[in-house]
Amino acid sequence: MARFSGSSTSRDRLIAMLMLSPSLVLLGIFVYGFIGRTAYSSMTDWEGMAEIVDIEFVGLENYRRLFTGLLEVRFRQALVNNLFFTMFFMLGCLVLGMGLAVLIDQGIRFEGSFRLIFLYPMSLSFIVTGTVWRWLFNPVGGINRLPALIGLEPLKVRWLTDRSQIWTFNWQNLPQILAVIAAVGLGLSAYRNWRRGRTWAAVIAAGVGLLALAWLLLGGAAAVQTTEYPEDHGFNVALVGLIIAAVWQMSGYTMAMYLAGIRGISEELREAARVDGASELQIYRHVILPMLQPITLSAMIVLGHISLKIFDLIFVMAGPDNATTDVPGVLMFTTAFRANQFAKGAAIAMVMLIMVAVVIVPYLVTSLRSEYEL
Amino acid sequence: MTTQKRFNRFLIYAALVILAAVFLVPAYTVVVTSLKSPDQINQNTVWNLPETWYPQSFFEAWEAFAPNLMNSFSLVIPATILSAMLGSLNGYVLSKWTFRGSNVLFGLMLFGMFIPYQSILIPLFQFLRRIDLYGNIPGLALVHVIYGLPITTLIFRNYYAEVPTEMIEAAGMDGAGFFGIYWYVVLPISMPGFVVVIIWQFTQIWNEFLFAVTLTSGTKYEPITVALSNLAGGRAVQWNLPMAGAIMAALPTLLVYLFLGRFFIRGLLAGSVKG
Repeated sequence: MARFSGSSTSRDRLIAMLMLSPSLVLLGIFVYGFIGRTAYSSMTDWEGMAEIVDIEFVGLENYRRLFTGLLEVRFRQALVNNLFFTMFFMLGCLVLGMGLAVLIDQGIRFEGSFRLIFLYPMSLSFIVTGTVWRWLFNPVGGINRLPALIGLEPLKVRWLTDRSQIWTFNWQNLPQILAVIAAVGLGLSAYRNWRRGRTWAAVIAAGVGLLALAWLLLGGAAAVQTTEYPEDHGFNVALVGLIIAAVWQMSGYTMAMYLAGIRGISEELREAARVDGASELQIYRHVILPMLQPITLSAMIVLGHISLKIFDLIFVMAGPDNATTDVPGVLMFTTAFRANQFAKGAAIAMVMLIMVAVVIVPYLVTSLRSEYEL
Repeated sequence: MTTQKRFNRFLIYAALVILAAVFLVPAYTVVVTSLKSPDQINQNTVWNLPETWYPQSFFEAWEAFAPNLMNSFSLVIPATILSAMLGSLNGYVLSKWTFRGSNVLFGLMLFGMFIPYQSILIPLFQFLRRIDLYGNIPGLALVHVIYGLPITTLIFRNYYAEVPTEMIEAAGMDGAGFFGIYWYVVLPISMPGFVVVIIWQFTQIWNEFLFAVTLTSGTKYEPITVALSNLAGGRAVQWNLPMAGAIMAALPTLLVYLFLGRFFIRGLLAGSVKG
């Protein structure tokens, strides 16, 4: 980073800091101060609009209830919904976006028009998208009527009103499931680090992975107290419609990212591969795709954090009081601002913040750090 | 061109045309449905063109939504301008007047654009009520300016990083100070940065819903997104109205996108931090 120091006076430097300070103070209060305030509220029993009533500190009780309390089953399903939504939303956007970018990169005619069509949903509000797709997912019309246009039977998919659930698991087994995921993930990471010659990283990953495995096998995971009764959660099929609408809106974004990446790869490199006798397909497979990996990571992080916060689309497409399609973003809003259960709403918000921070903080740190090392 | 190659070309175009059609289906439905009279809207004929055109939907929607559109404009314009100006100033400081710790501060600022706003919503709501900015446009505008600071600062900082430091130093030699350099050197070449930031903020604030519904719901200052969700969320709706309303809500940002698309995309890609 170029730094102007030549003939600047210390007075000018002071002015520069002064000009930055209003923004810093505002963000300090409105981001960090308010997060602190929410964190505090989440550890109280604050309910109702009256703010002077005696609010008591209850520690992590609200969180304990959210994850294990009998009455908070809706939050747990909302969490599961959000994770499934995030997974398929990211997958859809990445695959479709990559496909679109590769197609557009083929030196086609009307390239600009095609790009325009694939990206226009990005300029719309989720409220507009939600309104339109709600209409398209009408059980007796919309998409279901499409086959009738060519004389076939209309579909009978229930889309947003479907109540069925697949891939269910018992919430009581969650610690075991998490332990298995951790052990497998760390095992894979250890293997990859080993192959790349990063011995220490491999040893640490393998060690932690083995710890998770031992915790699982020795019964530590099974001993964790979760809900009192067996409680099934899974993938609510009604989410499919919401995922389709979200992918329709956001896949143009991944297309734009991939396209910028593909265009950044020099034509010389491709030409060299062609001279070596590589087919166009092989060039994509062995030259372009590997170079797009960092873009995939950035796209996953951007899409992931959007999806973990998703609110408006679900609110307007499925309604704010729809337990089947609930996500923490909507549940926090209804809990705090419709039911006036502020402490519980604050706890849900903190869970959301932690989920997003786990994704975002390492990303911010590494991208800012690598920039300054250049 | 060999037959094989020709066939490949055909497949590429076929795939593109089919995908383009899929992407345009929702637009088709909205337009067609908005131009049908309520008694023409029948699930069996959803895909048909209207038998008789019914532009009245738009007059009715205009009557219902005009105040909300006005609310949106009087929210978006000042909030966009203010956050762009502050962003430019911040970006100038953070790229050309860096000081010890400024990178860390910049990182802390950026975190503010990724947080789920639910995590600040309750204190924000209380605070705005206490200072009488709850349930009105200035309050909502203030919120958008503040939470827009990270992205506007980011875009301007990356933009100014490209400005050669020699230019700044030369102006410094000539005796220009912090403001002189900003006014005579930086600002005159900032136009493209401002275009990107203004378009981005305009689109974001126009489309925003969480702050709007929390801070204005039930008042006469609801922006268009809140009004549209109220109408579309009702049970027995006449669907021509929400569709016409959706077009009205979409039009300003859609027009910006159609005419200034490349700046829009630049803002879009800037969101992934490295720019």
